Amino acid sequence: MHSVVCIKQVPDSAQIRVHPVTNTIMRQGVPAIINPYDLFALEEALRLKDKFGGTVTVVTMGPPMAEAALRKCLSYGADDAILVSDRAFAGSDTLATSYALATTIQKIMGNMPVDLIFTGKQTIDGDTAQVGPGIAKRLDYQLLTYVSKIVDLDLEKKEITVERRAEGGVQLLKTATPCLITMLEGTNEMRFGDLDDLFRAARYDLKVWNREAAGIDDAEMIGLKGSPTVVSKVFAPRPRSQRAEMVETVDNDPKNLAVTLLAKVFTQHPKLEKEIAKRAG
Amino acid sequence: MSEQAKKPAKKKVELDPRFVNYKHVWVVIESERGEVHPVSWELLGEGRKLADALGVQLCGVVICGPGERGKGICGEAFTYGADKCYLVQDDVLKDYRNEPYTKALTDVVNAFQPEILMLGASTLGRDLAGSVATTLGTGLVADCTELVIETETRNLASTRPTFGGSLLCTIMTQRHRPQMATVRPRVMAMPEADASRTGEIVEVPFSMIESTIVTKVLEFIADDTRDKPNLPFADIIVSGGRGLKKPENFQLVWDLAKVLGAEVGASRPVVQAGWAELDRQVGQSGKTVRPKLYIAAGISGAIQHRVGMDGADVIIAINSDPNAPIFDFAHYGIVGNAMTILPALTEAFKAHLAQARKAG
Repeated sequence: MHSVVCIKQVPDSAQIRVHPVTNTIMRQGVPAIINPYDLFALEEALRLKDKFGGTVTVVTMGPPMAEAALRKCLSYGADDAILVSDRAFAGSDTLATSYALATTIQKIMGNMPVDLIFTGKQTIDGDTAQVGPGIAKRLDYQLLTYVSKIVDLDLEKKEITVERRAEGGVQLLKTATPCLITMLEGTNEMRFGDLDDLFRAARYDLKVWNREAAGIDDAEMIGLKGSPTVVSKVFAPRPRSQRAEMVETVDNDPKNLAVTLLAKVFTQHPKLEKEIAKRAG
Repeated sequence: MSEQAKKPAKKKVELDPRFVNYKHVWVVIESERGEVHPVSWELLGEGRKLADALGVQLCGVVICGPGERGKGICGEAFTYGADKCYLVQDDVLKDYRNEPYTKALTDVVNAFQPEILMLGASTLGRDLAGSVATTLGTGLVADCTELVIETETRNLASTRPTFGGSLLCTIMTQRHRPQMATVRPRVMAMPEADASRTGEIVEVPFSMIESTIVTKVLEFIADDTRDKPNLPFADIIVSGGRGLKKPENFQLVWDLAKVLGAEVGASRPVVQAGWAELDRQVGQSGKTVRPKLYIAAGISGAIQHRVGMDGADVIIAINSDPNAPIFDFAHYGIVGNAMTILPALTEAFKAHLAQARKAG
């Protein structure tokens, strides 16, 4: 079987700092990582390969430095890696990105049929969760989002059964392959790659496709031109007009501080006092 | 309005002729098994403001199975501010499935052409919004925290957190209609229902044959919600962060919560450290909450956390660092060690409540 896993290299958002004066992201020194949600997608594809054999191809769209993320995927056991990289993609929003990736996947399918496409449920930098659904629609494939478990896969019959996290419960869904799955986090644990894969990953001649190589003929569909959304402003959140009213006592004894705080809060918010009394009573 | 008053000389911007027929603000009313997701009512509250700013109608879209009290849901939508509801009911729409729901919503949008289309950022809303936006080839802004109309251009300025909540950005869809946006539960305030409001129901026929739909729902296993924290709808939350130093100290948060009948929340670092479950994480990568009282103990107030609890009515912050950002947006602050202040607060609340009981 052949799975394609779409990943993204992202700045580790836990380590991002905003410049206090210019309000721009300070990328310097912030490590670039594989979007953590994508690892659940990759591991799931690798598990299916363990079971059924076949190939796992990893794809990313990004700048040349995203190659490092692909090599990391190869070291986990992915077989092939494609970096789709072109200045023409700059400024692509989720709609343009899904077009570029869907077209790339069509190109991949021309060489080897694809059974399943995996993505993470969202990225940690954009947080939109739109690219996976977008790719599925463009390829006219069935979309299975927030999949927590692959229950059954029948390659002969081209059928897959999954558990999907829905509002208020879990759906057991059966559909046809090829389809697109976005994996829910926490559903599996990424393996440690073995030494052979580590060496292979370092030396692997991974493919770098520009726009033409990826089969994207219509440049109007990508980059700023292909993006209906435009970022008009980036800014740091405003502080509230008033800073917190600080509660202090002469001795700053915890007990006195607590009593003073309560008196203050309940005088200014009598409704809240009633609410708490009602609940506690 | 004040914008216009400031610049009276500004020329009126011509509306793109392609957009002339796109009118009204729409909200998808998300329901499952006849139960409406509260985020839909929150969106109607916000949608009302947008519709009034544009001088147009606010419409709900109800998509459900035939036996699922669709008209009842429309009636409820009117009480929360909708003027009109499009109702699509069919056997194939009983359970949520991407393919028939995408077709149903895309069809209604193409037939009646709204200028703004909003959905809740639930698992259903995100799944559906991404598919519909791609099918329509229009722009979609996810997880908006603020929606404002630029009166002259009729464009929607959608503000959302980005880079894990470190910054906010405002995004516009200037060249396409409808302009689509999703909003997370509890980001917008719940509007008051007005039982006297009514509206018009437009039933939209839908025909899709079950045998042509590829994905089948074999089973729905409802969550066991007993003993599950429900932070988004909790009225009082006590949250703990890294300032508590040790996992054992997190018990102090539980102690205060117990006295107040509150839910327990946590910041991202302590959830990652395993001091509290993922369901309790408040912030950009966790839950958005809107309690009447939020007590943050040992939480510095990184923007990541702030975007999840900024909507609380009253915020009390305890932090040993007088320069912690949390004091910039909390209402009350105590500079001090959370390990000593928390037990003192627990005792003070206990004493106060005992007194109130005696008096009452």
